[in-house]
Amino acid sequence: MEIQRESMEYDVVIVGAGPAGLATSIKLKQINPDLNVCILEKGSEVGAHILSGNVFETRALDELIPDWKEKGAPIKTKVKREKFLFLGKKTSLSWPTWLLPSVQKNHKNYIISLANLCRWLAEQAEGLGVEIFPGFAASKIIYDEDEKIIGVQTGDMGIDKEGNKKDSFEPGLNIMAKVTVFSEGCRGHLGKEVIKKYKLDNNKSPQQYGIGFKEIWEIPEDQHDEGLVMHTAGWPLDNSTYGGSFCYHAEKNQVFIGYVIGLDYQNPYLSPYDEFQQFKTHPAISKILKNGKRISYGARALIEGGFQSLPKMYMPGALLIGCDAGTLNMPKIKGSHTAMKSGMIAAEVINENLTNKAALSEYEIKFKNSWVYKELYKARNVKPSFQWSLIPAIIFTGIDQIVFRGYLPFTLKHPHSDHESLIPAHKAKKIKYPKYDGKLTFDKTSSVYLTGTNHESDQPVHLKLKDPDLPIKYTLNEYDEPAQRYCPAGVYEVDRTDQNNPKFVINAQNCIHCKTCDIKEPSQNINWVVPEGAGGPNYANM
Amino acid sequence: MKILVTVKRVIDYNVQVRVKADGSGVEKENVKMSMNPPDENAVEEALRIKEAGKADEIIILSIGEEKCQETIRTALAMGADRGILIKASDDVEPLAVSKIVSKVVETEQPGLILMGKQAIDDDSNQTAQMTSALLGWPQATFASKIEIEGNIATVTREIDEGLERIKVNIPFIASCDLRLNEPRYASLPNIMKAKKKPIDIKSADELGVDVSPRIEHLKISEPPTRQKGVMVADVAELVQKLKYEAKVI
Repeated sequence: MEIQRESMEYDVVIVGAGPAGLATSIKLKQINPDLNVCILEKGSEVGAHILSGNVFETRALDELIPDWKEKGAPIKTKVKREKFLFLGKKTSLSWPTWLLPSVQKNHKNYIISLANLCRWLAEQAEGLGVEIFPGFAASKIIYDEDEKIIGVQTGDMGIDKEGNKKDSFEPGLNIMAKVTVFSEGCRGHLGKEVIKKYKLDNNKSPQQYGIGFKEIWEIPEDQHDEGLVMHTAGWPLDNSTYGGSFCYHAEKNQVFIGYVIGLDYQNPYLSPYDEFQQFKTHPAISKILKNGKRISYGARALIEGGFQSLPKMYMPGALLIGCDAGTLNMPKIKGSHTAMKSGMIAAEVINENLTNKAALSEYEIKFKNSWVYKELYKARNVKPSFQWSLIPAIIFTGIDQIVFRGYLPFTLKHPHSDHESLIPAHKAKKIKYPKYDGKLTFDKTSSVYLTGTNHESDQPVHLKLKDPDLPIKYTLNEYDEPAQRYCPAGVYEVDRTDQNNPKFVINAQNCIHCKTCDIKEPSQNINWVVPEGAGGPNYANM
Repeated sequence: MKILVTVKRVIDYNVQVRVKADGSGVEKENVKMSMNPPDENAVEEALRIKEAGKADEIIILSIGEEKCQETIRTALAMGADRGILIKASDDVEPLAVSKIVSKVVETEQPGLILMGKQAIDDDSNQTAQMTSALLGWPQATFASKIEIEGNIATVTREIDEGLERIKVNIPFIASCDLRLNEPRYASLPNIMKAKKKPIDIKSADELGVDVSPRIEHLKISEPPTRQKGVMVADVAELVQKLKYEAKVI
């Protein structure tokens, strides 16, 4: 039976209360206070699903809210000093910062918690009259008969495992809007749908992704150096795997330590989680963390494709912005400012569309004339050069970024999608990771515990297998089922209790919404759909 | 009949609570807060009683800092009619809470007070009982079923021995068990409507209630971490370890 749904009407509905969506809403209300704007957010509150390094460049915020300092934005710790280390197994080589390309210099930037910045931006938006609904996930797109997007549907609440309505059943709502903005962050599930439907990525390089980990540690005062930003490359990754670490000394004796690994890695035995855990045991790192206490953990996929993978960002009735499209600047290791700016441009275009009937395709022109485009253009050749392995890539990047400042007269392409990069398990070298010591390194269970993740247990599994038999029949033999290793939350397990009849287990309740499985599954057999609203991690200061 | 429901803003049950480095309390900054779970059952029960035509107004009361309004709004979005916030520091002790509730009862004259059986942050489980004493009303604690017929209610209580059914006269106070019902989700249109429902804000001083603490907190510390388990080869080794290492037999 068709469910009766109520509907609500807005001028603009924004999907996702991250930096891009919030910036869009604020800019919209600044230029046209009469517009009705709402934001749907799947997290239990704004910031609950935000995870980022984060060294923040204020350029976009300076334009959006010039008096952010007076208004008490949680942007306090200025970057004081920078370090870049090349790590060997026991050694570390400090790279002189004057030899770093200018995109990697951070002296004007701040060490922040992006989650807390989003909480603050949400207050600003609400102050301007934006309606924000945390705990409500946009689960479906509503199209009219001409395939134009006319709104989104929020998820039904109170459906049991088998798909039946429970006593608490509350049908989702149709949120109708003149313009819909998708700002779900990297690999949004609706973003994925519209990119495919409207072929927004035609003639673009396949999108590239990474998985990023972050932990917050409280460390002894004498090991802490507030304002220090440190990055590393090298160990424990081999030279053919793209990745590196960050270590930011924030306020209150905290360090934000993390690791990013390109999801185009080839060895199915590689476990990004364990690479990160192992990384912390390097003498140059363990000396910072020793006698400290880990207080947070989280992981999230991020965009690495940049300029050549950036899809068309407009479609009938809607815009795709921030990392839902892919505006992160990889060599800069920053995406918050570009995401915000992409949203601010969206707001201008939407207002023109609503008041003067200007086409949404104006977005392309405005975006091209903005500094975001320039930034991404100049950064475009760095990531693809890493297909030649670490050393040639560094040499090339030096020439590209320092000598030519990103203006080399050609554009390198990304050769393939991340799910195509794994080599079969029988050709790959097994990797043996050290045991967790419970001091510097921890198992996945205790890590997930720190994320505050919860999903209502009696609901349909939100990680949908297109072919439920594929993991055991094919992926297990061919790739030793890499989901067991690439998932940073231990959602996927192969249960071998019955030796002859292994079972593929999905612990969907553990899911921290990072989207890595949706990206890396070699046959694209896992489809991440949004679970009941308010489910997922509850990150505090990430 | 009016129903008064008390709700407390607590650290969300999914959050891993962290003790502050100096032992003065727990970390609340940027931590997700939400309504104390058994209080949600209390709100839900009030709504069901009203929907059954046995009550005509549901008033939500919360005590604490300004942000407790969010918690009241959650209850209003579920369907309650109006709210009262009594501003005070966020760790008011149970006796002071009971006194404030009694004061509010004087002006509101509800026929029924519903509370969660206890708050998940301090686990005191005292407020319903003390309020009952202050008001001289019957109490029905750990309620898992409430049936109202005229001026009498039959309440099923969750007790150690099993289930106990008692009859109480209205007005009475009940503390709600998680088994009482399954709280509803607040729908978006109701969240919108809740924004327009009135919340009356007063301070504890205005009510003439002294909320200064009577309990001195010496220290707040984390529980000791659990030791890793060991596999033993046989019963003999187990006995050996229990006797000489754990020293429990």
